Amino acid sequence: MDRIPILQMGKFLLVTIQVDLHDRLALTLQDDLTAKIEKTNAKGVLIDISSLEIVDSFIGRMIANTSSMARILDAKTVVVGMQPAVAITLVELGLTLTGVQTALNVERGMHLLRTSLADKEADDVCDQV
Amino acid sequence: MAKGQSRIVGILKKYEADLLNDWLGELKASGADSDGRISETELRNQATEFISQLREATQSGNLDNIGTAEWQAVRDFLDGISRSRVAQGFRSDQTAGFIFSVKKPLFTRLRKELGSDADGLAEETWVATELLDKLAMHTVHSFQKTREDVIRRQQEELLELSTPVVKLWEGVLALPMIGTLDSARTQIVMESLLQRIVDTGSEIAIIDITGVPTVDTLVAQHLLKTVTAIRLMGADCIISGIRPQIAQTIVHLGVDLEGVTTKANLADALSLALKRSGFSITKSKA
Repeated sequence: MDRIPILQMGKFLLVTIQVDLHDRLALTLQDDLTAKIEKTNAKGVLIDISSLEIVDSFIGRMIANTSSMARILDAKTVVVGMQPAVAITLVELGLTLTGVQTALNVERGMHLLRTSLADKEADDVCDQV
Repeated sequence: MAKGQSRIVGILKKYEADLLNDWLGELKASGADSDGRISETELRNQATEFISQLREATQSGNLDNIGTAEWQAVRDFLDGISRSRVAQGFRSDQTAGFIFSVKKPLFTRLRKELGSDADGLAEETWVATELLDKLAMHTVHSFQKTREDVIRRQQEELLELSTPVVKLWEGVLALPMIGTLDSARTQIVMESLLQRIVDTGSEIAIIDITGVPTVDTLVAQHLLKTVTAIRLMGADCIISGIRPQIAQTIVHLGVDLEGVTTKANLADALSLALKRSGFSITKSKA
């Protein structure tokens, strides 16, 4: 069975969804991603869904859930490159993905992750002092 | 073929020229060509054509149902008349009057032919009335349909005209909304705005609702949906141009615009957008 590759870039994990997500694949991705965060001690996850053209309520909820799971594991999640049709569908389905950070493209998403990581490290330093 | 029906056919054949002249007299008396929208020659041509078409069609003996194949030519002819009347700016009653005014000349001829036979006359008159009424109804229907087509086309054109997405600055898009927002329009507006955000990679979109006359719960919901969709794509949205009355309506309706950045006018929205993108504006001293 095919899997969605999870790439590591420094302290961040990069997930690029290039195929149509079916339910089982989405669940496998969730398992793989949480395992990988734990293993690599990643501080941020970037999910690129720019090739995703069809979305249903299950996939929408899975995106929201994955982001919450990552947050519990101390990794910030950014969803990037959502297509207009997908955004409209999610809104019509009533899934507003509250709490999920979004960005227009990978570059901006990475920028967002880096700045938030820098902020967090600064905060942690302050706490220690 | 009933005997009574053939009398109308016979009359149409026998008095075609007289009928035409009387009819044109009637039309002139009712003022069909008085304001110069249609010339006398044109009116005469149309009347001649109609009488001869009518004669052709009645020859089949079917005077009850104008939906059949024998009446196809007449129906097409009346459709053509309706279309040209719409283009010439006639009212629907004037268009129907064109057909109705043939009644009097026809009834006069009927009386002349069947003067002594009261029963026959009543019957023939009834058949003729029904037939002409149906034809007039068909004309009015087709007149109205032509007008509705015009309205529909205009609506579509309006829809295309009213959704321009403009680029205000590098990374700042604006959508000045004009007119009432309904579901169909919001959908198109939303799609074109989102597509432009993807194409230009803009991080901030300003929706200006100065031109929206009223905001009700439905419109507010549409706006919120658009804002959410924009946020999902990773861009930010500012709503500007909220007039005092609209602000009051929104609060009275209990619409929750919490979490949506709103500004009173487009200038404020633009300056906020520039600030967020890291630009600053200074006045150069003379």
